[in-house]
Amino acid sequence: MADQSLHGAHAAPEHGGLRGWVDKRFPFSSLWSAHLTEYYAPKNLNFWYYFGSLSIVVLAIQIISGIFLVMNYKPDAALAFGSVEYIMRDVNWGWLIRYIHSTGASAFFIVVYLHMFRGLIYGSYRTPRELIWIFGCLIFLSLMAEAFFGYLLPWGQMSFWGAQVIVNLFSAIPYIGPDLAVWIRGDYVVSDVTLNRFFAFHVIAIPLLLIGLVGSHIIALHQVGSNNPDGVEIKDNKDGRGIPRDGVAFHPYYTVHDLFGLSVFLMIFCAVVFFAPQFGGYFLEHNNFIPANPLKTPPHIAPVWYFTPFYSILRATTSNTVHIWMGVVVVATLFALWRNRGKPGRAVSFAVGGGLLFWALASVDAKFWGVVSMGGAVIIFFFLPWLDKSPVKSIRYRPTWHRAVYTLFAINFVVLGYFGIQPPSPVAYAVALTCTLLYFGFFFLMPWWSRLGEFKPVPQRLTYKAH
Amino acid sequence: MPATMTSFLHPLLRRLCLGLLLGLMLQGAASAASEEQEIPLDHAPYRVNNVLALQNGARLFVNYCIGCHSAKYMRYESLRGIGLTDDQIQHNLMFGDAKIGDTMRVAMTPVQAEKWFGIDPPDLSIITKALASHRGSGTDYLYTYLRTFYRDDTRPTGWNNLVFPGVGMPNPLWMLQGERAANFQVGPDPADPAIKLKTFVGYTQLTKGSESTTEYDSTVADLVAYMQWMAEPDQLFRKRLGVIVLIFLGLFSFITWKLKSEYWKDVT
Repeated sequence: MADQSLHGAHAAPEHGGLRGWVDKRFPFSSLWSAHLTEYYAPKNLNFWYYFGSLSIVVLAIQIISGIFLVMNYKPDAALAFGSVEYIMRDVNWGWLIRYIHSTGASAFFIVVYLHMFRGLIYGSYRTPRELIWIFGCLIFLSLMAEAFFGYLLPWGQMSFWGAQVIVNLFSAIPYIGPDLAVWIRGDYVVSDVTLNRFFAFHVIAIPLLLIGLVGSHIIALHQVGSNNPDGVEIKDNKDGRGIPRDGVAFHPYYTVHDLFGLSVFLMIFCAVVFFAPQFGGYFLEHNNFIPANPLKTPPHIAPVWYFTPFYSILRATTSNTVHIWMGVVVVATLFALWRNRGKPGRAVSFAVGGGLLFWALASVDAKFWGVVSMGGAVIIFFFLPWLDKSPVKSIRYRPTWHRAVYTLFAINFVVLGYFGIQPPSPVAYAVALTCTLLYFGFFFLMPWWSRLGEFKPVPQRLTYKAH
Repeated sequence: MPATMTSFLHPLLRRLCLGLLLGLMLQGAASAASEEQEIPLDHAPYRVNNVLALQNGARLFVNYCIGCHSAKYMRYESLRGIGLTDDQIQHNLMFGDAKIGDTMRVAMTPVQAEKWFGIDPPDLSIITKALASHRGSGTDYLYTYLRTFYRDDTRPTGWNNLVFPGVGMPNPLWMLQGERAANFQVGPDPADPAIKLKTFVGYTQLTKGSESTTEYDSTVADLVAYMQWMAEPDQLFRKRLGVIVLIFLGLFSFITWKLKSEYWKDVT
């Protein structure tokens, strides 16, 4: 290995035989070394760094199990529900394939949420990794779309009414909304037409998009290299051969490392698949074992757990909540005016902008602002690289109270998720509203709070304790 | 012959049907007004791993349920999974001209069912999964539901149920359980005296059934266990396989852990 690393990343050794034959026609050896054996990753990557590779594994699991499901599934409103039961009973190993796919959907969101939280606490989205982060946010958006389209396919009560509720959200958009909703469904209600197009999106369109985005995410990552729990750039400290002193070759070090992570993950994954595939109604909802019935609305429609934090934000946006947002707009506009009191041009544009937003909040239905809040809660992640003004990347060298802020944000997210599952009640509304304000406060106020406090000195080299 | 049957049954069935519809419509209003309390569900004994219970459950299921309810995803041949031979299935558990590879269907069409009973009896293939809720598992629901029927002259069928007030189905197992009347106490809600609460206090046995209460509970437990098994005939195999898979993955994790440590011990 030491011998191999003598050749720089761009001077792959000449190989003979088959490998040489291939290398003359396809850059196999140089790709192999550039992305694996001579791609250097920080040696101090901890527990939080398992979830990136696990996300790719879960994507592979979903694609492979999905292929086998499509072989037996019928995208037809009259046959879909029965074909899923046919897979569960009559297709050899069908129950296993189906449970792998349904558990994989939830597992995907678990690993992606943990992966995103890692980015948050170690400032992985900061310069020069903004594009990795943006590709990641696009992956998250596509993943939500993929899950949403896929959930209609079993054609149970929750499939049907969940799709009905979410597509109806689009009708809240002023002027074009109702027509847009019909255009999305292809019908006046969710129907066979909707099922067919959702099937096409779930099986072809979004997976292609996902694979492309994941490829871009990794290419961007390999361009700049991984961040690490210290937030120190390992490329700033290279030895005479141009190799980062604090880096280790991705292969074999991180391949064996991630293989261990994968085997532990698979134990948890398989424990769910084999012993609790419905996971108490959280991974497969009870109501979804009743065939879709357009004439019978279930008393309580709840999305699957991974959407519930955002669903909670949607439900927390009532006309009462819009009044709070109007107050927020007034305060923010006055603050901007005060800040720009010496620049009349900018002050006027802030006043006009704030006024227009206030007018829009006052005149457009609260349902629309619910949709905006829910969408905004996802979209806001794109802006993190520019919202975070902390002088250091990693939570390790930030003021201790910043840890409390991130912990609270995580708890807040879970509480939102919990109340998104519960039936609506006055208490649930009050809690969800508070959590929604905290959620947006975390992001909107980040340019201020992220630079407050006593920051600790960042070391020159990684902190690493040999195993 | 069918014509005379129909004309004979017609007035009766029409009344039944109208009553059912009316009952269904009133059900929401009634429960809102008198605040009948949800009774807690009894815990169903777990018998999916008990072949004798499952066989007894299958016998009860084909005798008492599939006259009206289908199990259209369940094939008769799958009953091999509870230790029955093709001969036993064909001679003891199948009626009419059904073939062993057929699923459990009923002759009644949904349109007829709507016309005769006001509601299409739900398919029972995966009913134990569908009935799970915050109140308890689907088997707990069925186990309680099938044991809480009582005579109620205000209902078109003459039957009512504690778990499912205003139920459309008469007690299918009444000959085993016997007929019972339910006693209720109506009193003010301690939290809000304006609201009247209807609380169940006990049964009065009207006619004797062929089984004692203990025997009947066990019979229902067998039937419910069968339905739980039928909802996913591979479930026991799934768990057995899961144990093997987890043992393998445990060993595999140990090996990958040692492999990782071996490589990483050079990293200083």
